[in-house]
Amino acid sequence: MTVLPRRGRAAGEAGRLAALLLSPTFVVLGLVVGYPLVAALRESLYQTGQTVDAEGFVVQGERFVGLDNYAAMFSGPAAARFWNAFGNTTFFTVVTVAAEVVIGVAMALVMHQALRWRGIVRAGILVPWAIPTAVSAILWQWIFQADGVANAIIGSQVLWTTEGWQAKAAVMIADIWKTAPFIGLLVLAGLQIIPRDVYEAARVDGAGPVRQFFSITLPLVRPVLVVAVLFRVLDTLRMFDLPFVLIGNRKESVETLTMLAWDEASNLRFGPAAAYATVLFGYVAVVALVFVKLLGADVIGEARERIRKDRARKEEPLVRPGVVHA
Amino acid sequence: MAGSKTTGLRMAALACVGLLAVSCGSDSGGSGSPGGTNAAPALEGRGEITMVTGKDTSNNMQRLTDEWNAQHPNEKVRIVELPESADAQRQQLVQNAQVKSDSYTILNLDVVWTAEFAANRWVVELPRDEFDLENFLKPAVDTAEYRGRLYAVPVYSDGGLLYYRKDLLAKAGVQPPKTWDELTAACQKVKALPEAAAIGCYTGQFEKFEGLTVNFAEAVNSAGGTIVDESGKPTVDTPQARAGLDKLVRGFQSGVIPQKAITFKEEDGRRSFQAGELVFMRQWPYQWALANKTDGSSQVAGKFDVAPLPSDGAGPGVSSLGGHNFAISAFARNKATALDFIKYFTNDVSQRSNLLATSQAPTRTKLYDDPELGKQFPYLPILKQSILSAKPRPKAVRYGDVTTAIQEAAYAALTGAKDSGTALRELQVKLQDLLK
Repeated sequence: MTVLPRRGRAAGEAGRLAALLLSPTFVVLGLVVGYPLVAALRESLYQTGQTVDAEGFVVQGERFVGLDNYAAMFSGPAAARFWNAFGNTTFFTVVTVAAEVVIGVAMALVMHQALRWRGIVRAGILVPWAIPTAVSAILWQWIFQADGVANAIIGSQVLWTTEGWQAKAAVMIADIWKTAPFIGLLVLAGLQIIPRDVYEAARVDGAGPVRQFFSITLPLVRPVLVVAVLFRVLDTLRMFDLPFVLIGNRKESVETLTMLAWDEASNLRFGPAAAYATVLFGYVAVVALVFVKLLGADVIGEARERIRKDRARKEEPLVRPGVVHA
Repeated sequence: MAGSKTTGLRMAALACVGLLAVSCGSDSGGSGSPGGTNAAPALEGRGEITMVTGKDTSNNMQRLTDEWNAQHPNEKVRIVELPESADAQRQQLVQNAQVKSDSYTILNLDVVWTAEFAANRWVVELPRDEFDLENFLKPAVDTAEYRGRLYAVPVYSDGGLLYYRKDLLAKAGVQPPKTWDELTAACQKVKALPEAAAIGCYTGQFEKFEGLTVNFAEAVNSAGGTIVDESGKPTVDTPQARAGLDKLVRGFQSGVIPQKAITFKEEDGRRSFQAGELVFMRQWPYQWALANKTDGSSQVAGKFDVAPLPSDGAGPGVSSLGGHNFAISAFARNKATALDFIKYFTNDVSQRSNLLATSQAPTRTKLYDDPELGKQFPYLPILKQSILSAKPRPKAVRYGDVTTAIQEAAYAALTGAKDSGTALRELQVKLQDLLK
């Protein structure tokens, strides 16, 4: 519970009321977050249907195997595949998010400065973000096919969808194209709340555009940017549809952890699939935590700040919003 | 800071929910009661049923179903269309079986899924004597069986054909090739023609997908090898199998097969063939009508013909068997109606109308020798030959793993990542594990 009942009866009653009001939220969270998590954790300790009886029928029922599914991931024949997928996932995340930050911030600056056709420029930049990933993957598949536009532009025949660095590059190009506008949009929102007089003061003090960008724009837009990056990192760690549609299933060069879990599940090995999903969950959770701790990503920061100030005027906060034991 | 920490966690949790849904859907998979006994259950119950199939592109399924519904007002059949891709279809069918839902009655199964669906008891055994199976193509019936029992009835069949440019071959003065060597020689002569100097010789389906398994199996079988022997034991580490794979590997190395063919699925090959970039192409019969379209989409309309697949020596080439069978879901109601509908859908009249509407290969032998149909589908005699001499892909309960292993070995050899000997040795080990 989230109640801190230290202030006598009145506070305790308020706490109970708060708990009552919040309980529907907890029920919903428990159903849509808690249950799948627990079910997956449980599933990852079992194996089903891996043997065939004398008559050729799959033996029904599930078998408790403890941590075997996890052990198989880190050692044994499947380990290489796991580490490859882990490496791909991490590599895609680091490279695409880094590129997206640079391009996204540049886009935001352009959108912010555009005086004429502002609406058109913004809408144009947002088009890639609006297209469903699977559709954009097919689009890029056309671009990257042997006789496609990409090869026509570079003037040589690169077989983009075959195994190798070119497949990784194709996925990253398509992903950056699609999601840089997302960062652009959030950063633009951040830019718009920077007051103009700060820049005027800087200009009076003789700061050039570069100095202004690094000393004013970037620090002031940072809280928004960090949240945008956190969203993108979590998103990219779960990357599935883009490499799956663009390059294909079971292609070593682009197989991510989600694809690996999907492939296991579609081959009816639900135990190992759940184990992969759980490991990925742990990975995502750790990354999210690191972000919050090190970079201070504050997803609902402003709301909290406002509430805190309101409360501070009266007394100590009774309920801390955001403290949720999911 | 406690607030933001848990917020991060919560977001991470949300981020994973979609992913975990994959695994929690499987709960009922193992915990249910052991499904039924071994005896073929009686097919009982009459009433409304569903037929679950891929896209009904020609609308002929709906037409046949409407006809049935008019005659059987109390046993109406509703068509449930699944996505176009075979993988997506299988996934939905499997999920339906996992939750033991009765919403799917008749399942339109790809020929390679029979073993998996039968062994998991997702489909029921069918009474053999209810069908005139002797009038069906024998290899097609074979794909509907698992361990000697009948689990489905063949509705569509499919076999590979060698499409060739008859105009260019005639100009170069060569006959359609019967062997791979003849094919490469014929291609060299065509290339000597001034208008065809830059033309590619041959393509099949070599992207890493089910089509690669089909093409690999054809290469191995046409060279006298096998993937599994009569008893189902893997036999890919043999000189014959290696000769078959090497044929394709050398094809890529020497340029007989264009480099980009490694990215080809069926439709990529068709695009290339229709643009006049190829002399020969291994392809399914459905493309006959498409490549003959005179609406400007094909530059080779009327300029090509088909022949049996080339072999690597004596005898004709061996195709892999494709097609679809109808089975009855173990969890469905009104199985007696389902049985009757399958009979109706596979009778002479329905099969003929299906062929006319969809140009998909029928499973009744008689239709292939019908002169009237032969006029409209001149390739029918060659297709019959292709199907009758075709080899099925391995029957495996874990077919998904088997075909993946085959694709990985073939892909590694074709792209030069491994030499064919190593690839096949490793494949043999993997298959021994999967098929034991």
